[in-house]
Amino acid sequence: MLAASLSLQAADYPTSKVNTTGLAVTDTTVTVGQLHSATGTMAISETGSIQAEQLAIDQINAMGGILGRQIKVIPEDGASDWPTFAEKAKKLLVNDKVATVFGCWTSASRKAVLPVFEKENGLLYYPTFYEGLEQSKNVIYTGQEATQQILAGLDWIAKEKGAKTFYLIGSDYIWPRTSAKIARKHIENVLGGKVVGEEFYALGHTQFGSLINKIKLKKPDVIYAIIVGGSNVSFYKQLKAAGITGENTTLITISVTEDEALGIGGENLVGFYSAMKYFQSLDNANNAAFVKAFKAKYGDKSVIGDVTQAGYLGPWLYKAAVEKAGSFDVDKVVAASPELELTTAPEGYVKLHPNHHLWSKLRIGQWKMDGQVKVLYESGLIEPNPFPKGYQ
Amino acid sequence: MGQYTASELWSITAMQSFAGFSLFSVLLLMALGLAIIFGQMGVVNLAHGEFMALGAYTVYLCSQLAHTYAPALVPIYFLVAIVAAFLASALAGLFVEWSLIRFLYKRPLDTLLATWGLSLIMQQLFRTIFGAREVTPTLPDWLMGSFKPSESIDIPINGVFVMALTLALTGGVWLFMYRSRLGLRMRATVQNRSMSGAVGINTRWVDRMTFSLGCGIAGVAGAAFTTIGSTGPDSGSRYIVDTFLVVVFGGTASLAGTIASAFGIAQAQSIFEFFLEGTMGKVAVLLTIVIILMIRPKGLFANKVRS
Repeated sequence: MLAASLSLQAADYPTSKVNTTGLAVTDTTVTVGQLHSATGTMAISETGSIQAEQLAIDQINAMGGILGRQIKVIPEDGASDWPTFAEKAKKLLVNDKVATVFGCWTSASRKAVLPVFEKENGLLYYPTFYEGLEQSKNVIYTGQEATQQILAGLDWIAKEKGAKTFYLIGSDYIWPRTSAKIARKHIENVLGGKVVGEEFYALGHTQFGSLINKIKLKKPDVIYAIIVGGSNVSFYKQLKAAGITGENTTLITISVTEDEALGIGGENLVGFYSAMKYFQSLDNANNAAFVKAFKAKYGDKSVIGDVTQAGYLGPWLYKAAVEKAGSFDVDKVVAASPELELTTAPEGYVKLHPNHHLWSKLRIGQWKMDGQVKVLYESGLIEPNPFPKGYQ
Repeated sequence: MGQYTASELWSITAMQSFAGFSLFSVLLLMALGLAIIFGQMGVVNLAHGEFMALGAYTVYLCSQLAHTYAPALVPIYFLVAIVAAFLASALAGLFVEWSLIRFLYKRPLDTLLATWGLSLIMQQLFRTIFGAREVTPTLPDWLMGSFKPSESIDIPINGVFVMALTLALTGGVWLFMYRSRLGLRMRATVQNRSMSGAVGINTRWVDRMTFSLGCGIAGVAGAAFTTIGSTGPDSGSRYIVDTFLVVVFGGTASLAGTIASAFGIAQAQSIFEFFLEGTMGKVAVLLTIVIILMIRPKGLFANKVRS
């Protein structure tokens, strides 16, 4: 699947040469960790990442593994509990000596394991789009950081719809709050627009009556939604019941992927927009093969969202980095990572920036009845910028 | 409010009162079953939210069944599903009372721990059976639209439906408690358990029925919520805090207290939410409740049980 299709034989890379730091690498296998929430409230989201990472690992193994070594996975369950994440990270790095870890979803879990990875010099591939403001030598971020996802999307909607007034709505924790902050700066300072309302609701909130009334009064040109999890179902159902639909209102969200759409129901989303780097309906050969393989493994009814695809990139980027470095040593893999290119990603061409984030495109999808999107717009490759000047 | 025109102000008032009433019926539905169990039996049922989730999952199952086997019934299956939700939760409640609760009477702190454990077990069962993802039943079309009495007012039909259901259920509970033999026995048992036993009331059986009824009502509440939101394995733990808030604020043994408390909290929340930002609205409500509880420690309607 990867460009490096020449088969690398383990014999050409003796273990003593490719592993000088005592990692769990033998002549035939390389052991990696997978640290996600298989249980608890985040299992809903992280199941997709787990599946996609496993699929990539299976595919890599089928084509001969990494430097001729089969990938062996040690799965650990962070159980949606941040101290557990830190504890399991330590177990994977210290006891199991895994060569790398694919894992985490929430920023809270990433922040919990970060000191462990830095202290033990481990390597983490992190798949979720997130708020940015972070860069670690020990983490490769395969999702988008905030500016990549937000700025291009706002530019598009402002231009396309002539939008001047925005209503920002989010769940009340760090990612939506930081995202709203960046969106507000961009709207006010770059687009010359106005934020007419900004509100945050507790996770799991289900009553949006008052909010919807306020939206109706303020009549914003655009509703910008960053509501996560189950609240989404209530939010979009109640919007529809209150007569706010894709036909008469412009709503753009950065928190609804195909996974959430499954629960919300296509009929409640029709006509609204999502800004993501990946959609299942992307029309290219890489993606067609990915979707086919995913459905063959996990069933026809499974859907693939943005983060799931970003999870799929992790093992491939790791393979590319190890083969470029000719070594499994974390320092060498990290040093080999910048400027790595992946031409086989389902989302299209991506490149790893020295700041450990990916150059990637932003897409605008418009929701259809069947819970899939029609991709309306695709930006150029956007440089990742986790510490945006003037947006903090 | 100078920036709004008179007709807009009229629409705000109409829609905000509706939002308030809608929240009121949701809170009342949630709290009704809990208030009965806690008020009548002194059992702190931390698994109440899971009984709601059980009702919601029952509706989801019915929806799947209707779509797979009897598409013609889709428009009306929901009414049957509500009854099924009541029965499922009531039967589960019956079983739980028999297997767990009856050993713990007069030990409120122990019921608290035991039902918390029960809630974890039920959550795990939901996760095993239905998966970790949230589910939402397909609702009949007639539940999804809205009334439009004027250009700027939309009244969601699912909200009206939940209100009607709450009204019917509260009325039913009132009739049952104050106009039926079993209700009379329940109230007698609460007021004086040993005297009730002495005059021939089977208090054991009354307890079992009370618990089962409370759980069944939770099931109906869960069924109603599926018209508003989604259901996941841990939805119950999200409901439980608000539910206890209503019951404690109302004063624990009183039906009227529960109604007044749900009404007060709902209206306060919808007013605060309108003038403040979302989360701050909730904070303001909690602060208000704390202050009122400092003045009236036993809640709005104090429990007048002889001790």
